[in-house]
Order: sequence, then C-alpha cells, then structure tokens
Amino acid sequence: MPAALELKAVHKSFGKTAIINGVDLAIEKGERHAVIGPNGAGKSTLFNLISGRFAVTSGSILLNGEPITGLQPQQINHRGLARSFQITNIFPKLSVFENLRCAVLWSLGYKYSFWQRVGGLKDVRERADELVGMIGLQKRRDTVAGVLSYAEQRALEIGITIGGGADVILLDEPTAGMSNTETADAVALIRNVTVGKTLVMVEHDMSVVFGLADRISVLVYGQVIATGTPQEIRGNKAVQEAYLGAEVE
Amino acid sequence: MSAMFPWRRLLVWSATAAVMIVAPLVFTQGFAVSMLSQMGIAIIFALSYNMLLGQTGMLSFGHAVYFGLGAFFAAHALNAIGANTLGWPVSLLPLIGGAAGLVFGVIFGYITTKHSGTPFAMISLGIAEMVAACSLMFPSFFGGEGGISTDRVVGKAVMGIDFGPSIQVYYLIAAWCFVCMIAMFALTQTPLGRMANAVRDNPERARFVGYNPTRVRFLMLSLAGFFAGVAGALEVINFELITAERLGTVASGNVLLMAFIGGIGHFYGPIIGAVLVTFLQSALSNYTQAWLLYFGLFFLVMILFAPGGIASLLTLHKPAVQTRTLGRLLLPYAGAAAAAAVLMLGLVALVEMLYHLETKAEQVGTVMSLFGRQMDTATAQPWIVAAGILVVGGVLLAFVARFVRSGWAHVTVAVNRAKGI
Ligand SMILES: Nc1ncnc2c1ncn2[C@@H]1O[C@H](COP(=O)(O)OP(=O)(O)OP(=O)(O)O)[C@@H](O)[C@H]1O
Ligand SMILES: [Mg+2]
Repeated sequence: MPAALELKAVHKSFGKTAIINGVDLAIEKGERHAVIGPNGAGKSTLFNLISGRFAVTSGSILLNGEPITGLQPQQINHRGLARSFQITNIFPKLSVFENLRCAVLWSLGYKYSFWQRVGGLKDVRERADELVGMIGLQKRRDTVAGVLSYAEQRALEIGITIGGGADVILLDEPTAGMSNTETADAVALIRNVTVGKTLVMVEHDMSVVFGLADRISVLVYGQVIATGTPQEIRGNKAVQEAYLGAEVE
Repeated sequence: MSAMFPWRRLLVWSATAAVMIVAPLVFTQGFAVSMLSQMGIAIIFALSYNMLLGQTGMLSFGHAVYFGLGAFFAAHALNAIGANTLGWPVSLLPLIGGAAGLVFGVIFGYITTKHSGTPFAMISLGIAEMVAACSLMFPSFFGGEGGISTDRVVGKAVMGIDFGPSIQVYYLIAAWCFVCMIAMFALTQTPLGRMANAVRDNPERARFVGYNPTRVRFLMLSLAGFFAGVAGALEVINFELITAERLGTVASGNVLLMAFIGGIGHFYGPIIGAVLVTFLQSALSNYTQAWLLYFGLFFLVMILFAPGGIASLLTLHKPAVQTRTLGRLLLPYAGAAAAAAVLMLGLVALVEMLYHLETKAEQVGTVMSLFGRQMDTATAQPWIVAAGILVVGGVLLAFVARFVRSGWAHVTVAVNRAKGI
C-alpha cells in the first residue's frame, strides 16, 4: 500500500534563499503526524508546497502514490487533500453556513452547476449543517464569518478544511493563540473530525502534539532532523539540542 | 426541497410584474413609453454588469462590448428576417443578440479572466478600445458613423402584433426584462452563483475548496455577456438603429454608473440604478444642456455620501422600520430635502447663467430666462442673488443635519433596546 503522502528530496528556494533543503517524508494512511520545529524552520512553506500554493524548486510529492507535483491547488484538492491556514483564511462576508456550504459543494459533485438551486440541494444543506454542528457553531450558523471571535474563526477554518471530505488533512497551527480551554476544545474537535483520515499538523503546543500525534517529524532549517514516535522524539539527543530542550521538561 | 414555500419572493416578483404591466397605462405622455422601454433595456444591462462587479468582484470597463456586439448581430439578423433570408420571429431576436454576447463573452472571457483586480480592469478597457477601433475598420458590419439601421416591422402581424406601435415594443421588452431578471436572480442561487461570491471575497481560499477562480470568473463573464447581448438586441428593436458608440467605453462607463448608483451589494440595486439613471438622463437632457455636469455632480454626491448606492440607503432604514421609529426621521428628512432644494436652486442658477454666458451670449445676448424670470447675466445682481441662495441653502442644510442626526440617535436607542442592550 502506498503512503498517503510522500515527499522525495523536496527543495524550495525563494530567490537565492533556500528554505526547504531536501525533505524526505512518508506518512502512512490513517496516521496522525505532527511537524514541529522552531519559528521560520519552513513548516508552513512545506504545507504550501504540498497543497500546491507554491511550486517546488526540485523534488517530488506523491499523494496516495500518485505524483501531484506541479498541480494547481484545486486539482490537488480534487485528489483528496485539504488544508487549513496558519493565518485564518475564510470567506469573511459569507455566513458560517455559507462558508461550509462552499466547502462541500465540489465534493458532492455540483461543481460549476448553474442549473440547480443550491437551496434545494438536500445533501448540501445536510452536510453543511452537520459541519456547523461538528465545529460547535450552531448558534452562529447565520452569522457573518468576519465578526466571529478568533477561536470561532479557527473552528470554522477547520470546518472548511474537512468539509470537502478529503482523506488527507493538513492543519497549520490549529490551536495557535488560543486559551487552554479553547485549545482543549480544538484538540477534541480535531480528534473527532480526523477519525479514519490521515492528519498532518504543524503545532507549537507540545501537549497538543504529544497528545494527538502517532509520529512526529522535526523540521529545522528546512531539513527533517528526526522522525519517530513521541517517545523516540522525546529521547532524541539531536532534537533536544536543536529544539525541544527546555520545553519538554 | 425546503419546507417553506417562498411566498415573500413570489409576492415581490408578482408586484414587479404588475408594475411593469401597469406602468405605460399610468404614464401616458408621448415620451413615457419610449423611456420605459429604455429602462427595461437598461435594467437587463445593469443586472448583467452586476454579475461581474457585485457578484464576482470583477471591475469591467468594457461591458458595453457584449451589449453592442449583440446589438449589431441582432440588427443584421433583423435585416435578414426582413429580406426573407432568415426565418426567425422578431420576438425571439434577443436570443440571437444573447448568443452573440455569449460567444464574445467566451472569447474575451478566456483572455481576461486569468486576471482579477486592477489587471482585469485594465485588460477589459483594452478590449473595449480594441473593439471600438475594429468598429471603424469594418464599416460594412458596423455601418460607419451612421450605424446599421433596420426595420422591426417585418412579415405579417401575428394576432395583431407586428411591433409597429411602440407600446407593443414596450411589452416585448418588459417580458424579456422580467424573464431576464428572474433568470439572473435564479443564477445567484446556484452553486456557480454562490461560488462567485466566494471568489469575490477570497479567491485563494476558493482554490483550496476545489474551485478554480479563473473558471468561475470565466463562466460568470460568459453568462453576463449573454444577458448584455439580449439587452443589445432589444435596443435594436426599440430604436431600429445601432451605432458603434453603443459599444464604446462611454457606454461601458454608463452601465458601471447605473450599477454603482443603484448599489452593487444588493441584487435589486442595479434595477433602481438603471431606472433612475435612464430617467435622469432623458429628463435632464430635455431641459438643460448642462445635464452631464448635473449628472456628474449627482454621481459624486452618491459616491461621497452613499458609497453602497441607493439599495444600501434603503437597507440602512430597515431597523428603523422594524422598531417603528421611522417616523422620527421623516420630519428631519423633509427639512433636509427642503434645504437641499434651496441649495440646488442656487447651484442650478449659477451653472445655467455661466452656461448661458459662455455658450449662448454671443448669439442671443446676455439676457436669459431662468425659472420664468428674465435676467441679464452681464450684471452682478442675478449672480449675487444666486450665490446668496446657494449659501443660504448650505447653511440651512448644515442646520437641519443636526435634526437628522438626533433622529438617528432615537432610532439607535430603540434598536439597542430591541436587542436588549
Ligand atoms: N513567499 C515567500 N517569499 C519569500 N520568503 C518566504 C516566503 N514564504 C516564507 N518565506 C520565508 O521562509 C522562511 C520559513 O517560513 P515559514 O512560514 O515556512 O516558517 P514556519 O516554520 O511556518 O514558521 P512559524 O512557526 O513562524 O509559522 C521564513 O524565513 C520566511 O520569511
Ligand atoms: Mg508557519
């Protein structure tokens, strides 16, 4: 069985600055994988490469064994990969429900249809409302997304990401900037919505990482210096020196 | 299907249809039917423009290209029908115009919709200039300066309808206008229409939920081209003449003004804009040569004080209606209207006198008649009086503005109380 996601010798430079320096990574189907590393290590850049936002400078990326290098973001999305953004990226003028409806339309096969009334599409409405419930925003269903609280917007961000039913999910710092209770809610939500899916997650909060992840990769200066189970990473000398050190104890 | 039948919507559409049917029976002056016909055409055109600007966030400076090309194809088709080389009912001529608009929407849309924002606006302007230049290069198709003239009365009358009388033309236009309004509204309720809003607000995020923003823009522009072409064909039937200036940048700017003045954020905004602008343009141009100046001033005032257009001014008052405090605003508004009328009287007098002095005084002398009075624009007195009226109007308006503000303060209090704040 091919890996859900595989990166082979991926490089990325912006101009002369090399940001990603040869990343090899294989993530198994159904795995929850965390990518950790110091600020500016290139974690978000890695997500941008995988999801097609940026083109790789060299190397290749495979989704379920099929190459996706050079494809457009929407094409990669159609192959079953969805992502969230570190900086909240929603449709601010649409309501919560409408945001989620946009997220489910393609996967339910309606594409660019201009001959069907969206209000009459039962499957769309039910799926969007199910998502509203999953992210716990029932009371905010018809509120314009731009006025939601930060934590609510982060929940919506996750809702939009999982809405299309992708089986590989990338979440970029889903709990950043949240209070402890909000973080606990977010972790429960992530656990809940990624059952049976492959999850790759960038996260700075070590309790979240060690609570959720099956395996962890450590990215430093655009290179993966270690990959392993939480126990292995905790015990890894190089990781402790480069990054974890004080934070774990 | 959703459980609730949309009664409200049905009511709004029925009322709209009723207004369109009754309008020519109420306004019976000679020019009224012609103006109503122009309004119907403008409504279709402005709504089709708003499919781009309001719904998909594409600022086009060249939408008249689709209107104009649709019109020219329709004019040639109508001539072919008249010459018996084409068998096609005149009432369905708008389909030919629409098809032409669609085809050019597909062609130019393919080129332009890879871009958005300012680059899109610039390319649309470039295409408009290019098509206008082509219209000079191919006089056999575009008819040179005289345009293409045609005759809408062809063949035998069907059930007494031959589209000779302008009232018959009005009802043809009204029928098409109604159908197009419903079609364009329905489009906003489809997956494509909803994703157009998403692409307008955040094209990048749209990609990551599976939609190609370029494809969404392309489809919206192609469909908008169709409706613009329908409007163009109706124009041909209405005037029996089409000239190249109808596809030029001035015409493109005009439809932008209509949509903007009416309000691009609401579906019905451009309808209001089309009706109002058509009325102002033909009413003002009947009375004064300086009408473009007044129209420009009107547009300026709208942009400065109501950037969301008339539709947003209306929605602004929704909470006042809901809390039954609209009455608090009526008196201040009446006062403001009176003060504005005084201000405008002074302004119009100054503009008209200046216009007279600059453009007509040499031929007819410096004496002119204004608001039923004779005045000599070479003397200081009328200028002083007009300027005085202008200043008084301005002071009055500033004074009344306080009452408008305090009226709104009452409304706000009531709204907050209703919300439980
Ligand atoms: N589009 C870009 N053009 C130029 N440089 C970029 C671009 N995007 C990212 N970089 C640079 O690449 C480096 C890595 O950025 P990235 O956002 O991937 O880091 P990160 O690991 O996600 O950090 P953080 O934990 O702060 O989110 C940074 O130095 C950043 O300035
Ligand atoms: Mg980052």
